[in-house]
Amino acid sequence: MSMKKNYVVETIRKAQMVQLLASGKRVDGRSLDQHRELKIETGVIPKANGSARVFLGNTQVIAGVKIATGTPFPDTPDKGILMVNAEILPLSSPYAEAGPPSEDAIELARVVDRGIRESKMVDLGKLNLVSGKSVIAIFVDCNVMNVDGNLFDATSYAVVAALRTAKMKKYVIKDEKAEATNELIQVPVEKTPVSLTFARIGDKVVVDPGAEEEASMDMRITITTEDGGNVCASQKGEASTITPAQVLQAADTSIRVGKAIRAKIIEATK
Amino acid sequence: MEGQEVGEGKTKLIDESGKRLDGRKWDELRPISIQVGLMKNADGSAYIEWGKNKIMAAVYGPKEVHPKHQVLPDRALLRCRYHMAPFSVDERKNPAPSRREIEISKVIREALVPAVIVEDYPRTAIEVWVEVLQSDGGSRVAGITAASLALADAGINMRDLVVGCSCGIINNQVVADLDDTEDKEGSGDMPVAIMPNLGLVSLLQVDGIYSREQFQKAFELAIAKGKQVNALQRAALNTRFFGGEAKTTQVEEVAE
Repeated sequence: MSMKKNYVVETIRKAQMVQLLASGKRVDGRSLDQHRELKIETGVIPKANGSARVFLGNTQVIAGVKIATGTPFPDTPDKGILMVNAEILPLSSPYAEAGPPSEDAIELARVVDRGIRESKMVDLGKLNLVSGKSVIAIFVDCNVMNVDGNLFDATSYAVVAALRTAKMKKYVIKDEKAEATNELIQVPVEKTPVSLTFARIGDKVVVDPGAEEEASMDMRITITTEDGGNVCASQKGEASTITPAQVLQAADTSIRVGKAIRAKIIEATK
Repeated sequence: MEGQEVGEGKTKLIDESGKRLDGRKWDELRPISIQVGLMKNADGSAYIEWGKNKIMAAVYGPKEVHPKHQVLPDRALLRCRYHMAPFSVDERKNPAPSRREIEISKVIREALVPAVIVEDYPRTAIEVWVEVLQSDGGSRVAGITAASLALADAGINMRDLVVGCSCGIINNQVVADLDDTEDKEGSGDMPVAIMPNLGLVSLLQVDGIYSREQFQKAFELAIAKGKQVNALQRAALNTRFFGGEAKTTQVEEVAE
């Protein structure tokens, strides 16, 4: 979310940042492709089927998984349902507001959902119970608790960690009807997608922008990769442009840095 | 597994000789026709037919900003709404803006703003309305293509036109300009908008699984095809301002 607080202050800060970046430095001392410290806690909400709290610097997101049965969509009668949603809570920042979801919150939820869905992280075919009638529906809801830049990546990591640790009831089919048993099984997770967000400030592109960098950024781009080193989703944001060469370079960085973050998420969700 | 080409193909969307369901080659655009300045009340307008897409874009402004607190002291506020008519798709669409439309309105606005010299119109609003009357694949890039023409038609100062094209993957093959079936049954869609003369990308969205090579191929193909559509944009502006009958322009006639 871009939250310009003060036009004059941000413009001056941006000039400083551009100067620093020219010598390869960032305001908080990181290198251009270095993300902030990533901390992942799982099982933080025992009443949820799976949950995770992720800290990316001071950005904090809690994701909770709830699993129920539902009716499949008419065009995918033998596939389960996976829905990811995100809300930027009014308690997360002095600039967030209560009320219907803002444009930024809608974009956040949809971009995170796309990364998870397109990577085929969850095998939806394994969530079929009675074709055309009953499937398992997985809802992942994210609460942004504290905003300090790069909600896209923090929210995505929280969803992935929550899904990787989620457990659901095993169902048996009796007379075309799905019945829940008391046995708990893992959600059929096949992939670990990793989102990586970049900000362009002046002509330099940095990884994992903090709040201060976001306030001064010209353009934002998120690229999600999966385990095979393939790109599975992307979204450019903010009212500015990127050069084709910068896009391809960001894709390479996302594949490379994504690998290390993936290992970290897998380690934290064993 | 690393960098391996992946993708699924349930429906056969492209045959052995490389022909797609509608007979196009892998890198071929659907027929496109563009007309500028059809709407009487709007300050600028453009109508585009791109495959089965039928989209009208209209621009009002620069005008006074209401509500006043939204005024930007140093530049124009660009408002944008992408909206699909209830009859534009197979099943009636609820006319209320969906989350998808809200997101697309945002990315279209962010694709157009870099081309508009908003600093020339401080404290004003410029409104861009994109109405999808009939929808096929690639409606957002067709909408952007029409919207930037409507801005030009309104006489608003611009750095460049904005033009889009969507590429993607069907049956594990990179192809240009997905239609509705290819978008739904294919395994990836990548809408890209560019400012062709400045060589900048102002919209990029990706879904589906692409190897690094496929990603680059689809991305570069989208840029190349965008430049082809830009020739049609310029022809349409020419017709609008320097006469000649407003005829349907086939892609092949102006293809590079």
